[in-house]
Amino acid sequence: MLETIDLRKVYSTGDEAVSGVSTTVEGNEIVAMIGPSGAGKSTFIRCINRLTEPTEGEVRLDGEDLTALADDEMKAARRNIGMVFQEYNLVERLTVMENVLSGRLGYVSNWAALRRNFPPEDVERAYDILETVGLADMENKRADELSGGQRQRVGIARAVVQEPTILLADEPTSSLDPDSSHAVMELLTAIAEERNIPIIINIHEVPLAVEYADRILGLHDGELVFDGPTDDLDKNAKDVIYRGEAIAASTADRDTTSQSGGTDDTERVVDTPSLTGD
Amino acid sequence: MAVEPGRNWQRYDTRDRIKRLAIAVLAAATVLSSWLWLDLDLQYVASSPPELLDLAVRMYPPEWAYAPDIVMPLIETIHIAVVGTILAVVLSIPVAFLAARNTTPNRVTYAVGKLIVTVSRSVHTIIWAMLFVVMFGPGAFAGMVAIGVRSIGFVGKLLGEEIEEIAFDQVEAIDATGASTFQVLLYGVIPQIKPALVGISVYRWDINVRGATILGVVGAGGIGVQLFDAVDAFQWSTVALILIAILGIVLLSETVSARARAMVR
Repeated sequence: MLETIDLRKVYSTGDEAVSGVSTTVEGNEIVAMIGPSGAGKSTFIRCINRLTEPTEGEVRLDGEDLTALADDEMKAARRNIGMVFQEYNLVERLTVMENVLSGRLGYVSNWAALRRNFPPEDVERAYDILETVGLADMENKRADELSGGQRQRVGIARAVVQEPTILLADEPTSSLDPDSSHAVMELLTAIAEERNIPIIINIHEVPLAVEYADRILGLHDGELVFDGPTDDLDKNAKDVIYRGEAIAASTADRDTTSQSGGTDDTERVVDTPSLTGD
Repeated sequence: MAVEPGRNWQRYDTRDRIKRLAIAVLAAATVLSSWLWLDLDLQYVASSPPELLDLAVRMYPPEWAYAPDIVMPLIETIHIAVVGTILAVVLSIPVAFLAARNTTPNRVTYAVGKLIVTVSRSVHTIIWAMLFVVMFGPGAFAGMVAIGVRSIGFVGKLLGEEIEEIAFDQVEAIDATGASTFQVLLYGVIPQIKPALVGISVYRWDINVRGATILGVVGAGGIGVQLFDAVDAFQWSTVALILIAILGIVLLSETVSARARAMVR
């Protein structure tokens, strides 16, 4: 279970990218985080595994506060968090297998890593996952020989081979064509179900989010303005997320109507009392 | 034909033109003053063709009988370059990480990295060799160390620039898996700089073969010892043979270097 409590990130430039986001993700739900460019989606997801250091707030993974961990403890914690990137971020000059096995680095010694000597069960796992993502027999190809869709599937395999307890995907479809985008979303949802882990997906294509997600998080200007089941994402909610219409009206009384923070499955509207009323 | 008014175009305005003229005058004055200060006398240019002809006559034919005696020094020359380059490459890898903005731990380490690079590069191989001959005594060991120390800066600088150019998102992805710092270097950074590392090392080895041929002038081993002995003894036909031999190994090392660099990608 992942829980963020008042997570806030202010960059050294003074830009407040994420302003106090609290939410909980658990089970094997597919959570899509939507919002306009610059809303802080990437920053939020990167604060979870501290690729970006949060300024304030807590990130609790299965009860452990990740923000309180020292560097080496954080490295150990990262083994449980798989991450998929927009630009795949494969090591281009390494083979597919080396890229996938790099997801197991947290469990092998430096010396074994240098000699590419991974335990047989890790190699077995990597082969299985390559098959799952449809890249059987590709293990010795170099990453830079693959197409975008194939690369992203290697990226997913690298994250899944970690056997994480949660998967983060930062705009996994933004660099892909529509067919590959659907394939990647299907793969991610299948993985969540099969491995029984939750996935948070940053995505700017709302139709894709609606098609695949169980739940939607709407971010506008660093604030969580929508958090509810996908079915509740109506036109009004989209306006709030993308245009911030209701927000403008409610900024004045933001402090008094702070986080409802409920965990019930009905639609929760944070900071935007006028959303359902209008 | 009437000239349309108000459509005048000039690449440079008056101020720019004055500036450009001033720079040209300054450049010409620099060259001229250097020439005058050196007080060059062209009479030696006039007498050089007969001198050259005389030297050529004395050099011809090369002393082929001496060839077996320079085989070992030639092999020694290549070995000095090989071992010196390996020494430099091994030592320059940590220096490169210090001297690259994106991998150096802090400002002090960055300054240390840059200092090592600058000191190593600003002193010529021959001067390093003079120092090491005093330290270690004459011979190939001093030459090897001189080659190595001079090359650290070269390899460290170029490799450091290569490290600054790497795609950081690839490094970050390895970091996100929970890999150790060393493993991140191993999987995220090294694969990206490997072709450059091989290319730079082989290129430097090629330069070092040439460098090792003259180490003998200060007694630091290699074919240069025989060359300068022969010059001192006015054995011009032997000198000719040695020069041909040096030309041969330089061409060889250049070919090997070019081939090797073409192979890695």
